Amino acid sequence: MSELTRLTAAELAEKIHSREVSAVEATQAHLDRITEVDPVVHAFLHVATQPALAAAAEVDAALANGNEPASPLAGVPLALKDVLATSDMPTTCGSKILEGWRPPYDATVAARLRKAGVVILGKTNMDEFAMGSSTEHSAYGPTHNPWDTTRIPGGSGGGSAASLAAFEAPLAIGTDTGGSIRQPAAVTGTVGVKPTYGGVSRYGLVACASSLDQAGPCARTVLDAALLHEVIGGHDPLDSTSIDTPVPAVVDAARRGAEGDLRGLRIGVVRELGGEGYQPEVEATFRSALSRLESLGAELVTVSCPHFDYALAAYYLILPSEVSSNLARFDAMRYGLRVQPSVDSSAEEVMAATREAGFGDEVKRRIMLGTYALSSGYYDAYYGKAQKVRTLITRDFAAAFGQADVLVSPTAPTTAFRIGEKVDNPLAMYLNDLCTIPANMAGTPAMSVPAGLAESDGLPVGLQIMAPALGEAVMYRVAAAFEAARNAAEGGPLIQRLENGLGVPV
Amino acid sequence: MPESTPDPASGAISRAEVAHLARLARLAVTEPELDRFAGQLDVILTAVARVGEVAADEIEPTSHAVPLTNVFRPDQIRPGLTQEQALSGAPASEQGRFQVPRILGEEA
Amino acid sequence: MSAPVLIDYDTVVERYDPMLGLEVHVELSTLTKMFCGCPTEFGAEPNTQVCPTCLGLPGSLPVVNGEAVRSAILIGLALHCEIVPRCRFARKNYFYPDMPKNFQTSQYDEPIAINGYLDVTLDDGSTVRVEIERAHMEEDTGKSLHVGGATGRIHGADYSLLDYNRAGVPLIEIVTKMIPGTRERAPEVAKAYVSQLRDMLRGLGVSDVRMDQGSMRCDVNLSLSPRDSGVLGTRSETKNVNSLRSVERAVRFEMCRQAGVLEAGEKVVQETRHFEEASGTTRAGRRKETAEDYRYFPEPDLVPVEPSAEWVAQLRDSLPEMPGARRKRVQAEWSLSDEELRDLVNAGALDLVAATVAAGAPSGEARSWWVSYLSQQANNSGVALDELPITPEQLARVIELVAGGELSNNLARQAVDGVLAGEGSPDEVVAARGLKVVSDDSALITAVDEALAAQPDVAEKIRGGKVAAAGAIVGAVMKATRGQADAKRVRELILDRCK
Repeated sequence: MSELTRLTAAELAEKIHSREVSAVEATQAHLDRITEVDPVVHAFLHVATQPALAAAAEVDAALANGNEPASPLAGVPLALKDVLATSDMPTTCGSKILEGWRPPYDATVAARLRKAGVVILGKTNMDEFAMGSSTEHSAYGPTHNPWDTTRIPGGSGGGSAASLAAFEAPLAIGTDTGGSIRQPAAVTGTVGVKPTYGGVSRYGLVACASSLDQAGPCARTVLDAALLHEVIGGHDPLDSTSIDTPVPAVVDAARRGAEGDLRGLRIGVVRELGGEGYQPEVEATFRSALSRLESLGAELVTVSCPHFDYALAAYYLILPSEVSSNLARFDAMRYGLRVQPSVDSSAEEVMAATREAGFGDEVKRRIMLGTYALSSGYYDAYYGKAQKVRTLITRDFAAAFGQADVLVSPTAPTTAFRIGEKVDNPLAMYLNDLCTIPANMAGTPAMSVPAGLAESDGLPVGLQIMAPALGEAVMYRVAAAFEAARNAAEGGPLIQRLENGLGVPV
Repeated sequence: MPESTPDPASGAISRAEVAHLARLARLAVTEPELDRFAGQLDVILTAVARVGEVAADEIEPTSHAVPLTNVFRPDQIRPGLTQEQALSGAPASEQGRFQVPRILGEEA
Repeated sequence: MSAPVLIDYDTVVERYDPMLGLEVHVELSTLTKMFCGCPTEFGAEPNTQVCPTCLGLPGSLPVVNGEAVRSAILIGLALHCEIVPRCRFARKNYFYPDMPKNFQTSQYDEPIAINGYLDVTLDDGSTVRVEIERAHMEEDTGKSLHVGGATGRIHGADYSLLDYNRAGVPLIEIVTKMIPGTRERAPEVAKAYVSQLRDMLRGLGVSDVRMDQGSMRCDVNLSLSPRDSGVLGTRSETKNVNSLRSVERAVRFEMCRQAGVLEAGEKVVQETRHFEEASGTTRAGRRKETAEDYRYFPEPDLVPVEPSAEWVAQLRDSLPEMPGARRKRVQAEWSLSDEELRDLVNAGALDLVAATVAAGAPSGEARSWWVSYLSQQANNSGVALDELPITPEQLARVIELVAGGELSNNLARQAVDGVLAGEGSPDEVVAARGLKVVSDDSALITAVDEALAAQPDVAEKIRGGKVAAAGAIVGAVMKATRGQADAKRVRELILDRCK
C-alpha cells in the first residue's frame, strides 16, 4: 500500500475515481506514512486522522452512488499550512500565542478544498506567522528537510514542502509573502506556485503582510499544482482584494506545455538575480536549465530590472509595517494565550506579558521594526519610500515583460543550509528571499520547479519562472515543458533521487 | 549585501528607542532581549534605509499591486457567529461577554 | 488635583476670544455593519451580532458596505462638501480592548468629503456659517462594562466585560474647521450647530441621531485666544457630551476654566477631558506621557473608493430639501412671521402641518389645529406631537368638513377626539356619534324660543339692546342641541327673534 504514496495527485485521483482504489485506502496509506516518518521530518503540527478518514469515506460513498467526482482531485489527500483557519483543527500559525486555538470558521481556501472532496490530512509546520525562510522560527521546533534531515526545508512553508518531499501527502497548500512557497519548493525539489495577488482568496489566511500574502498550490509535479490551483483559485466576495476574473486555464496550459514545444516564446533572464552571493552550483544548475529551455525552442533574452536591487530593503520595511498592525490583535483579550503576571495586573500589562511570552524573536523584531517605520517622523523616509520602490519594481517588470513572455532566475541563492546555521543572523536569513521578493512586491505570479541537484551537496536547486499579472497560463506552460524535458533527460522526476536521508524506506 | 555582526555603536537606532518601540507595541521585552534586539534592529535599519537612494519625490507610492476600486457589498444581513462560537476562544468570559483585566484607560 | 478656578463668564469674553471646534460622530442606520454583514440593530444579547470580521479574528477581512458609502456622500453633499474623486481607508493603530483588531479602519488624509459648510440659525434669527473641514467613514468600537469600581466607572474597576455587537457599526465623523468670532455666543453657536446638524441628518434619513442613545456623539474642542491678539491658544478636547444642553454647558465651562488657568499665569494643557453631566463640569482624562502616534497607513485589505461623477450627481439630485431651505420656503408660502415660524418649529409641528396642507387643508387652519388643540392633547397624554394617533390626512378631512359646513368647530373637536380615541376615521366617528350640525332653522328657532322663554330677564336685556347677553342663550341652545348647532347661526336667530 505504500505504493499509493508514490503516486502523483493526478494518478491517485484517476485510481480513486475509477474505483480501483478507495479514498479511504489512499488516506490511510498517507496517514501511515506520516506515522512512519514524521517523527523525524516534523512536517505536521496536527494530524486530523478521524476527520480525514471521514471525509475520504464521504468521497467513496458519493462515488459508489454513481455521482460524478466533486472535482478532478476528489479523494486526494492534502497537507494544509497551519496559517489557514480550519474550524475542525487547531490553527497555530507556528506560534505559542495561538497554541490549540480552534477558529470558529473556515478559510475560503479550506472550504473550497472540502467542497472539492480534497481530504485534509492535517496542518503543517511553518515559521511563526509566516516570517522566516527556514521554518526554524516555528515555536514548535523546526521541520527537517527529507533530503538531509540536518538541513532546513526552507520557510516559511517548510512543513508543506517537506510533507511532499517525504511523500506524506501528494498535495499541499502554502502561502507566499516573500517566497515562502517557492523557496521551500526549491530546496526540497518540489513544485510551488505563488498566484497573481488576488488570484486566491485571503479570507481565513492569518495575515502577515496583507499586500503581499497569497495562498498557493504545492505539489511534486507541475500538473498536480495546476489541478490544485484550479480548485482553490477564483473570486471571493469576502476578500475585497480578490480579483473578479476566471481562474487562468492552468491545467490546460500544463498539459500543452508537457508536449515540450516552446518555440516562439521569449524567456527573459534577469541580470540582477544571480552572480555574486549565489552558490556557484546554483548558478551552474540555472545555466543548464537555460540551455534546456533553449533546446525546447525558446528564445533567451537578457533583461535588466535595476530596482530589484532595492527589493529586499523595501520588502523588509513594508512587511514589518503591515505585520506590526496585523499582529496587534493578539492581545490575550479574546482568544489565544493569556499570561497574567500578577493577580491585579492591568489589561495593558497582560497584553505586554502575553505578547512577550507568546511571540518568538523574529516576530518581535519585525513588529518593532514596523512600529518604527510607521512612526510619525519616520513614515516618509521608510514606509513611504518603500512603497515608491514598489512602484519602481512594478515598472521594471512591465518593461521586462515588454521584452519577454516570462522571466527566469534561480529561486534561491543557495541550496538548503544546515539547521542553526543562519538562525541567529537575521540579515543573512533575509538574503534567502532575494530572488522571490520582487514578484510579491509587484503582485505578479511566480513558481519554482525542480531544476537539478547541486553537485557537491546533492541538494535540490529550483528554477523560478515569473509571468505578468494573470499570466499563469504561460508560466505553467513553460514549467511543464521544462519539467517534462528535464525528467526525460534525467530518467525521471528529481524527487525520485531522494536518498533515504530519513533512514526509512520510501 | 554584506553580512555583518550587530554593532551597537552604530547609529540608526538606540537602545532607548527600541525600548520605546517595545512599549508602543505592547511587548514586555527583557533587558537582555533589549540589548540583542537593539543591535539587530540597528543593522537591519541601516540596510533597509537604502530605499532612500532611489525613491524620488515624484514617484507615486503603490499600496496595491492590483488596480481594483469600488469593491462594495450590499447592505444585507449575512449569518454570523453564535455567542458560543464568538466566545469559544476566550481566555475568560462572563454573562456572554469577554472578561478582560482592569483597563487603565482614558479616564483618570 | 485642586478644583479648577473659574473666571466669571462676562470677564472671560471681555478678555478672550473662544476658538471653537466640533467633532460629531454619527452612527448610520444601515442594516449591516461597515465592513461585514452583521446586523446593527440595538439591544441584542451580547456578542450575538458578530462574525470573524467584526470580531477581528485572525484571518478575517473587511468588505465595504456600499450603503454606508452612499450615506457618507449624501451627508457630504448636504453639507455642501466636495466629494473627492478618490479616497482610501487607513488604519489608525492603538491598543484598547474595545477594538478587536487594535486598530480602527478609518480614513486619514483621504476623507470622502471635504470643505463644506452649514449655515446655522441662532435664536435671534442671525446666521453663522460653520465651515466643515471634512466628513469621513470609520467603524465603531465594542462596548465595555466596568465591574467592581464605583458607579461602573473605569477607575477602580476590578475587570471589564466586552460586548462587540457595536464593533464595526458604520460611523461618519464630521469635523468643523475652527470656528472663530463667536465671542460670547460660542456656547449658543455650538448648541445650534449640533442641533441643526442633527435635524439635517434626520431629514436625510441616514441615522437616528439620538444623542441619548449614542447614535450621535459630540466632542467639543475649545481654546482661548487673548482678545484681538490673533495668537491661538492650546485647545482641550471634551468628550462624553451627550445632549444639546451638555454641548452648551461644556463650551461655557471650558471657557471659564481655561480663562482661570491663563489668568493664573499658567499654560492650558492640551488634553482630553470628560464632561460630567451632573455637575456641568469637565474633568481631566488620564495623563499620557506622549501624544498618541496612531501610525496611520493606507488599509491594505481594502481598495480605493472612487465615487463617479454620475453617482455623485444622482445622489445630489436625490437630496431631500434641507431643513433651513424648507423653513424659508414654508414661511413664504404660508405667510408666517418669524415668531409664528419659530412657534411652529418649537412645537415640532412643521412636518405635520406640511403634510396636512399636502392633504388639502389651508395652512392657517392646519397650523391652528396642530399648534393649539392637538399640542394640548399631546401634552395631556404625555406623548410627542407626531405620536398622536391622528394622521395629517385625517385632520385635513376634519378641516374639510368644517369648511363645507357639515361640522361646527365644536363638533370638529369632538370628531378629532373620536379619532384620537381610536374610534375610526373622521367620517366613521361623525356617523357613529351622530355629529351633525343642525342646519335646519325651524328646529333651531324652536330651541331658541324655548331658551328665551326659560330666561326671560336675559331675553329682556337682549331686546333692550344688550347684544352681549345673547351669549347665555347661545350656551343654552348649544346644550339643548348637544353641541350640534352652529353657534354662529344660533346667535343670529336669537338676535332676530329679539327684534
